[in-house]
Amino acid sequence: MKDKTKFNSAANNSQGGFLNEGLWKIIITAIGIAVIGLTLAIAVFLAVKGSATFYKFHHSVFEFLFSSDWNPQDTEAGGGNVGALIFICGSLITCFLALALVTPFSLSVALFMTEISPRLGKRLIQPAVEMFVGIPSIIYGWVGYTVLCKWIKTVFPDKAPTGMSVLAGSIVLAVMIFPTITTVAADAIRSVPSEYRKAAYALGSTRWQVLSSVVIPSAKQGLLTGIILGLSRAFGETLAVAFVIGRVRAFPTSILSPTYNMTAIIAGEMGDTMNGGEKNSALWTMALLLFIISMFFIIVIHRIGKGKKNEKKI
Amino acid sequence: MKKLITAIVMAMCITIGAVGLSSCSNGGESTSDIVVPTGLTGTVTADGSSALLPLAQAAADLLKDANPNISITVNGGGSGTGIKDVAAGKVDIGNSDLFAEEKTDAVTAATLVDHKVCIVVMAPIVNPEVTVASLTTAQLIQIFTGAVTNWKDVGGSDMNIVLCTRPSSSGTRALFTKYALNGNSETAGAFESDNSGELLTKVKETKGAIGYMALSYLTDLSKAGVKKVKLNGVDASNENAYSGTYSVWGYEHMYTKGEATGLAKDFIEFMQGTEFGKKIEELGYGVSSKLTNTAINSHK
Amino acid sequence: MKRKFERARAENAVMTSVLYVFGISALILLIILCGYIIIKGFISFEPEFLSFNRHGIGNQFFNTVYLVFLSLVISAPLGIAAGIYLAEYSKDNAVNRAIRICVETLSSLPSIVVGLFGSLVFIEYTHSHWNLMAGALAVSILNLPLIATTTEDAFKALPQAYKKGSMCLGATHWQTVYKVMLPACMPRIITGIILAAGRGFGEAAALLFTAGMSTDINWGQWNITSKLCPLNPFRPGETLSLYIWVLRSESINPKASEIADFSGAVLILLVLLFSVSARLLNHYLDKKSGMTK
Repeated sequence: MKDKTKFNSAANNSQGGFLNEGLWKIIITAIGIAVIGLTLAIAVFLAVKGSATFYKFHHSVFEFLFSSDWNPQDTEAGGGNVGALIFICGSLITCFLALALVTPFSLSVALFMTEISPRLGKRLIQPAVEMFVGIPSIIYGWVGYTVLCKWIKTVFPDKAPTGMSVLAGSIVLAVMIFPTITTVAADAIRSVPSEYRKAAYALGSTRWQVLSSVVIPSAKQGLLTGIILGLSRAFGETLAVAFVIGRVRAFPTSILSPTYNMTAIIAGEMGDTMNGGEKNSALWTMALLLFIISMFFIIVIHRIGKGKKNEKKI
Repeated sequence: MKKLITAIVMAMCITIGAVGLSSCSNGGESTSDIVVPTGLTGTVTADGSSALLPLAQAAADLLKDANPNISITVNGGGSGTGIKDVAAGKVDIGNSDLFAEEKTDAVTAATLVDHKVCIVVMAPIVNPEVTVASLTTAQLIQIFTGAVTNWKDVGGSDMNIVLCTRPSSSGTRALFTKYALNGNSETAGAFESDNSGELLTKVKETKGAIGYMALSYLTDLSKAGVKKVKLNGVDASNENAYSGTYSVWGYEHMYTKGEATGLAKDFIEFMQGTEFGKKIEELGYGVSSKLTNTAINSHK
Repeated sequence: MKRKFERARAENAVMTSVLYVFGISALILLIILCGYIIIKGFISFEPEFLSFNRHGIGNQFFNTVYLVFLSLVISAPLGIAAGIYLAEYSKDNAVNRAIRICVETLSSLPSIVVGLFGSLVFIEYTHSHWNLMAGALAVSILNLPLIATTTEDAFKALPQAYKKGSMCLGATHWQTVYKVMLPACMPRIITGIILAAGRGFGEAAALLFTAGMSTDINWGQWNITSKLCPLNPFRPGETLSLYIWVLRSESINPKASEIADFSGAVLILLVLLFSVSARLLNHYLDKKSGMTK
């Protein structure tokens, strides 16, 4: 008797239907589409605020990207210079140096986790790497400032009197992107079919030969994806780098000299600027540039992924 | 499992809350010899000059101890930020080391009402390892424009000069440029610090560093950890500023958009009053009523 | 030939030991890093640091937890809905491909860009002062893709039997989703939410221009409309991460460095607590339901 009533009411619900089925479907779909709306809104706002430098203050894109004369006026009248080359260089140098420092390390750890010692890898190393991801970036910055910079200061007292330098920035970034690259690399290495390895062993290779000549080349696409992901995270990193890069508006003359990068100047000076003024617009343009760069990385990753799919088909 | 985790987190929060509330009761220091107005209500936000920040914070603390229902938040950010934010309505009071007309256009400046609170004197400061005790204006200009890069060229030991400065929105920097460097603009390769406190730490910790600082941060030189440098043989002090022999100083302004009302008015009046005036010199600032005519005329 | 073989063996031995060194050193680096932060933080600890006034971090700790809580309240339902949409209601057409690209874009945005957008839309256009709600909204933008992706993965990993069984008993699609699949996926979704919370605790750049850099609350004030009330989401308030940044630059407080160390230690402990619980939860659920990924 009871079951029958339950069944009836379920049927009633599905027939009395719109409120239960259609309405929710509409709400969920709306939220899904709203995601597009949100992303577009961010892109549009950035584009509008960022292009004011070119339309309202009549600077050229060439000047922005390739001139190192940064002197925007904090007024609506403008008339200053907006050469952002120093900041762009600062970002590029620290990110690529970080990449150079961390890639061999990441790769080794990934290989270790998956091939050399999978048991130890799964129970200790993998959780350890994932914990790295959880550490807030501001802590990397603070530890970098208190420990790394002090250390650089004592080792190189003349060349780096404050310890803040390109080197410090790169090391901090390297530690931050290490877990990203390692996890993706480990996944890529794991997905290499075991037939490849078995075939190589059957031909008499040592383990290192298997890894270096078979596994790594096969996992190339995944490894590349990991590297680009790490690079894109490094580009966007703000406060951790701002702590240790020195914030000096000059090109670095050596790895030990301080400099400035895009995210640090936005964080440091946006608060001071007048809305609608030239400096404000110039900083927004830099934010727009950051957005474009991160979109560029996403497209590159997709391209690499597509290449991988095509290869598998063959 | 989820309940266990929730329980742990709640326990942590409650513990911290309990410890916190218990230590909450011992409030701050209260100088009992100053009469503080009571019965005030409202909220006030202020930001701007980091040179004025210690004074504003001290006044805010005194008022809050006597009036638990009010909220006064004072932040730094530089004089330019203060003027910009108060003009935009983001804060109620904008602190600045400069006149509003020097920091923004005439139209915006006309909407702001100036309240001069005190004067603040700036001194050039150096890292303790630097042996130079006095510099001429010419030498100072050479150092800050980057013409001279080693301390041995100005009578010190063989050590690289490390320039520390503030961003262009800073009132401290603008005053220093105007009165100590006679308007010469600084070179671009200097370390920029957002606030006076940060600049002080920079100079303290960096070998061969030189910067500039409001006297309010140098009341206890041994604690500050830096050395003051005499300019043309004259020591930076309030007395020398009053008499007009030392010219690197400026008025501290608190700007409001339109006339000050409510708690903002009470706050500013308290800071300008005679009761708080007793504290002003103690904190390292100068009292504007003590300025001689020579000094006032040089800063029109 | 023999020489070639011997060289290969030698190379193998060398590289294996190199890999061992690197692998173990990653573990050691983590332990040293966390250990240093926690120990340094607690060495310079003074009970005053826990206090809820200007001299301690109690207020900032409360702000951190409150802000993350607010942002989860906003982003969890939206994220779960978006994830459900992607898993259940979307077909492979251009609009849905666009949605996936957008989710990916949102998740790889630099947090300062999100913060700037947040300050533009939530602070400037609404003519408000800095407030926690704007900060929570900015952090929600960052957390949304994470929760959506977790939800979508959880739904896709569910055995088909759940959906098919429910549908054949006469339930509609939505009823299936809401009453059968969602509860089944809920534990995994909660793990994702806990991870998102962990990320929210560490967020600083997105909050620079939205939530403000100062806190002034009176724990005796419980009128929620007052700017002093701790529970008022429309008051400014900095989180622990941002406080470390502020301590570095405003540093009037002579103990700024020690407070920053302590804040760092508390922050790391908080984040570790959350990530360990998420991991344990996952492990426990895997064992309990016998579900394999």
